[in-house]
Formats: sequence, structure tokens, C-alpha cells
Amino acid sequence: MRIFVCVKAVPDTNANLKVGSDNLTINPQGVKYVMSPYDAVAASKAVELKAANEGSELIALSVGKDNKESRQRIKDALALGADRGVFIKDDAAHRDPLGVAKALVAAIKAEESCDLVFFGRQAVDTQASAVGPMVAQLLDIPFVMDCISLEIADGKATVKRSAEGRVETLEVSLPAAFSAQRGLAEERYAKLKDIMKAKKKPQADFDYAFPDAGYEVTAMTPPPERPAGKIVGEGPEAVGELLRLLQDEAKSLSF
Amino acid sequence: MLDPFFDHYLDDSHRMFYETCLRFTEQELLPNAYEWEEAESFPIELYKKAADAGLMGADYPEDLGGGGGDVFHVILQCEAMMHCGSTGILAGLGSLGIALPPIRTLGTEDQKQRFIPPCLRGEKIAALAITEPGTGSDVAGVTTRATRQGDHYVLNGQKMFITSGARADFVSVLARTSDDPHGGLTFFVVEKGSPGFSVSRSLKKTGWRASDTAELVFEDCVVPVENRLGDEGSGFLALMKNFQFERLALAVYGHATAEVCLKEAEKYARQRKVFGKSVLSFQVTQHKLAAMATKTRAAKAFNYQVADAMRRGEEVIEAVSQAKNFASDVALEVADQAVQILGGMGYMRETVVERLYRDARLLPIGGGTREVMNEIICQLRGYPRAR
Ligand SMILES: Cc1cc2nc3c(=O)[nH]c(=O)nc-3n(C[C@H](O)[C@H](O)[C@H](O)COP(=O)(O)OP(=O)(O)OC[C@H]3O[C@@H](n4cnc5c(N)ncnc54)[C@H](O)[C@@H]3O)c2cc1C
Repeated sequence: MRIFVCVKAVPDTNANLKVGSDNLTINPQGVKYVMSPYDAVAASKAVELKAANEGSELIALSVGKDNKESRQRIKDALALGADRGVFIKDDAAHRDPLGVAKALVAAIKAEESCDLVFFGRQAVDTQASAVGPMVAQLLDIPFVMDCISLEIADGKATVKRSAEGRVETLEVSLPAAFSAQRGLAEERYAKLKDIMKAKKKPQADFDYAFPDAGYEVTAMTPPPERPAGKIVGEGPEAVGELLRLLQDEAKSLSF
Repeated sequence: MLDPFFDHYLDDSHRMFYETCLRFTEQELLPNAYEWEEAESFPIELYKKAADAGLMGADYPEDLGGGGGDVFHVILQCEAMMHCGSTGILAGLGSLGIALPPIRTLGTEDQKQRFIPPCLRGEKIAALAITEPGTGSDVAGVTTRATRQGDHYVLNGQKMFITSGARADFVSVLARTSDDPHGGLTFFVVEKGSPGFSVSRSLKKTGWRASDTAELVFEDCVVPVENRLGDEGSGFLALMKNFQFERLALAVYGHATAEVCLKEAEKYARQRKVFGKSVLSFQVTQHKLAAMATKTRAAKAFNYQVADAMRRGEEVIEAVSQAKNFASDVALEVADQAVQILGGMGYMRETVVERLYRDARLLPIGGGTREVMNEIICQLRGYPRAR
């Protein structure tokens, strides 16, 4: 099998993000970048499948700025167990998801074959959940979102996905693409010996001429300051009021 | 984030390994550290967990089950793990770091394969036993006796303050095979369950509380000849070699302790309000933190320089002795100031700085005391022998 995992460099979720002076981009000063956490779950699953299916090859793909932090995500994937990495340079401050998807598809089509493509359920920075489905669409293959378990047998994948209030079990013909929800795989640690081995694994650049974007980010503003908290009451008596407020005011509960 | 000031000592593999260690620390250690400190023990399964995450034997070759890294991988692992705020966890998990070197230095291929890989897989726990109730600083004063009887040795004596001693599956023991003070010392691997080997007590400590520290007794303890490391009399030199690394490791505990205390103090000072302002807004606090940051970085810079020389294979005996003393003092001072900045909270066992403050007190004692380090420095500087 030939397996692909697509990984993206994003600011660490603990990072204190500030909008840059251009009001268009995040100020990268002092911000630590990581592989988007759901991508790490996807990569862990892909490594698991590669190990279980002898003769498989796992290729890590990433689209990003031509800098150390973006390229590092390929190295991260190699240290987790991918066999080789392909990096696609993109100089745009913001690239629309369709552009990213087209670039990934071009890189996948440049390979001999494709059986599985993995994504995280969303990149934790843009939270668009768009690239995965678009890639599947462009490749004309099935896509299953938010997978929590996945098994391959007899050229088919049996997948469980979490959906509102239920878990769905699906049978999917291959090739197919999937996005990982937490729990799809136990997140692997990059062990030192694998980090050392990764140094010798092939990494290539794939040149892609991006088409004009269908949309443009015209402004970026920080989210509104969080309003001050409210103490509803104390003890069990306060529970009723708390539920009412959560439901009616915060609208974070539905029954 | 890693201080970019020290970038030139590191490559990507160091930085990536640091992230692995930090994640392990945040997921497995930090949430439990307080509980384990209070219980004066951590679950034995942690050895396996750490090994599965690749945290055992970073600087051991791959054919022994290690990570194939260098001294800086070990340093960064220590820096990352110190964020759990319990040096005892590091010392307990890391006792192989002092116990295995005699085997690595003196052992035959067979002995290495027997003892090292199971430790690096987290299946066996190893300890190093030098210190005795009657002698610590004066290693040549070791009195534990090993007498050859046919195909085995018989050991008699006691060992004191042994990290991981109570839980160890095997102990690298320094014993006396002849009366020659230095030339009569030999290492043996004593395995748990050997007849005549027992743990007489677990010791209660000021700090390093999550680690097990024990007194061991050897009473006509039978050790097969195959468990002797190197020739008779080869122990002292091997130990001196071992000490370089142990002292660097303790020096690194020092700057890592200071780094974590500094970070905790900064965080607390920023959020804690007194007289309507943050503690950080007072110039007194800022200057205090500035001095803490300065000393911490100086200790780290010294340690890194020594480690780099070690990596190049240079002789560092004087420098590593100085680095250990310097970093110990910095750790003690910075931890003390951090407690002060946290006020009453800094005196509470649930805080990281309170624990590291107590833990740091060991640094100028363990692995050779401050005075012993000074003795070495004086000797190497050619001062006349003082009494
Ligand atoms: C938590 C903990 C863990 C430890 N783990 C281990 C372990 O795993 N394995 C192991 O073998 N040991 C271990 N030790 C022992 C440690 O290495 C010794 O405590 C240390 O070497 C000092 O020896 P001592 O305690 O016998 O002190 P002593 O040697 O009795 O020293 C007493 C005092 O005399 C001073 N002194 C000594 N020589 C001189 C001199 N020449 N000039 C001036 N002053 C001098 C010392 O600095 C000290 O202040 C551990 C100790 C502790 C506390």
C-alpha cells in the first residue's frame, strides 16, 4: 500500500498569539510551531497501518512557507515513522484551502499509486476542515471525516466516525481519504533512535505553481476580550440557575 | 521554548528529542508529581512507560537498545523533565545513568548484553553503590569486602544512600578485593535475590522524595565470577571516569532547577496582585528576577561548554568540578529567591518551587560534595596539599 499523510505547521495551541502590525497575519515572533495535533494523530495511525501492512510506503506531505518551522513538520513525520517526505513551498501569506488541496493532489498524482490519504480533522489554526475533503473530491475518492477507528482488510476500510450523538460504522472502498479525530490512534512519541534514523530519510521538494486564490483575507483582528466571569451561587442550589444560564445565555447546552 | 542563545551546541535531533521529553513530562509526570512526592515513590510501571517513549539511555548505542545520541540529548532530556518539579522522579528513573557506566566501561560484550538492554527497555532497574555508612567522600575508604572462593566471590559490608537501592534488580557495587587503597577496588554486579543481599531500610529525605534511597547489606553474599566487571583492582579508575559524567549530570540538574524556578517565579509574579499591582510591577522583583535569569544562564553556559568539551573527548576534570559547584550554588540561590517571590505559596508542598528548593539542597552533596570538588580544583591547580 502507498499511504500519504498530510501535515501542517501551526502555532502551538499554548502560544499567546498576536495579530501582526499588518493586520493580516499572526506575528510569528516568539511563537512556537508544531505539527497540528490532529495531524499527529493521523500520522500515528498511518504509521500503525504501514507497520501492519508489509511492503507499504508512508509519504508525508506538507504545504508551507519555505522556512525552518514549516519544513520541520516533515522531519517530525519522518521521526514518527514516515518513509520519506515531500514539501511544497508556498510563499502566500494566506493560501485558500482549494489551492492547498490542488497542490497536494498534484504531489500525490506524481507518485506511482495511492491507497490511503490521511489528514487531521482540522488544522488548529485556521480550523477550516476543508483541505481533506477537497483533496478527496479532486482525486475522486471517498472521504470519511472524524474517524475514531479504522481497520483495513481485503482491500476495504472499516471505519468508525463520531457524529453528533452517535458513532457511525462505514465500509469504504480503497483508495480513500480520512481525517483523524482524537482517539483514532495512540499518539506516538518520536523516539530518539527514530529521530536519528529520520536524518537519513529522503526529503524532496515538489514545485507547484499555485493558481490564483478564489478568496483573499482582507483583515485579521484579535477575538473580543473574554467578559468577566460570574458567580451564580454556591452549592447544589445554584445548579438550576447555572444550567439555565448555560442554556439560555451562553447557549452552550442543548437538551 | 529553548533558548536560541545555545543553538550552536544543538542540531535538530536534540530539539526534536526535547519536544518528545517535554510531551512525556507534561502528560505522564507533571499531573502526578505532587502525589508521587507525597507518597515518596512513583509507580514502577513508569520505567516501562519512559522506555516505550524512548527516554531510557539516550546516549547509549542502538545495539544496546539506546537512542544513539550524545551528551546533549541527555542534557535536554533532563531540562525537559525538570518541568515536572520533582528531581526525585528524574533521579529514580535515571539511576541507570550512574549504574550502567561501570558495565559499559569495564564489562565484556556478554555482560553488556545481559545487563544494559533490559534496563533500557524499562524491564530492569539498576543502582550504583559506592557510599557506605563509614565512608562517602573518601572513596578509597570503601570497606565492603569481596573474597574470591572458587568460581564466586563472597561480599560482606554495607552500602548507604543508594538511589533506587530498594527497587533495583541489580546493583553495580564497588568492593575491596585487596588492601591497596585505590588499586584494591573492583566493581561487581549484584543481582536481586542473590543469597546474602538485602535492603536493610528505605531512608526518609529532605528532598528527592519520589526517589527510593536505601541502605543495602551484603552478608556472605555470593556473587558469581561472571558478575565481576573488569579485572580485580580496575574499579577506582572506572569510577573516576564515571564521576565526570555524574557530576555534569548533577550540574545540569542545577541549571535546569534554576530555569524552572525562574519560570515559575516569573509566572507567579505576573499574575499575583499585591497593593493593587502585580508583584512583577515592583522594581525590586524585576531586579531580583533579572539577577536570577543572569545566574541561571551563566550556569547553563558553563555546563554546556563543559559538556561540549566532553563530547569532543577532552579532559574536563577541573572544569566539571567547577561547573558542579557553580550550578549547585545557582540552583540553591535561584530556588530560594523563587520561594520568596511566591511568598506563602512558595512554602507549600504543592508548588514546584517549594519542592525544587528542597531538592536543590542535595546538589552540593551528592556525587561528590562541594568541598570535595574544591579539593579536586585545588589539586589540579597545583596548590600544596593542605590539611
Ligand atoms: C539523596 C541521595 C542520593 C544518593 N545516591 C547515591 C547513590 O546512588 N550511590 C552512592 O554510592 N551514593 C549515593 N549518595 C551518597 C553521596 O554520594 C554521598 O552522600 C556524598 O558523596 C558525601 O559523602 P558522605 O555523605 O559520606 O559525607 P562525608 O564524606 O562524611 O562528608 C561530611 C562532610 O565532610 C566534608 N569533607 C569531606 N572531605 C573533605 C575534605 N577533604 N576537606 C574538607 N571537607 C571535606 C564533606 O564535604 C561534608 O561536608 C547519595 C546521597 C544522597 C543524599
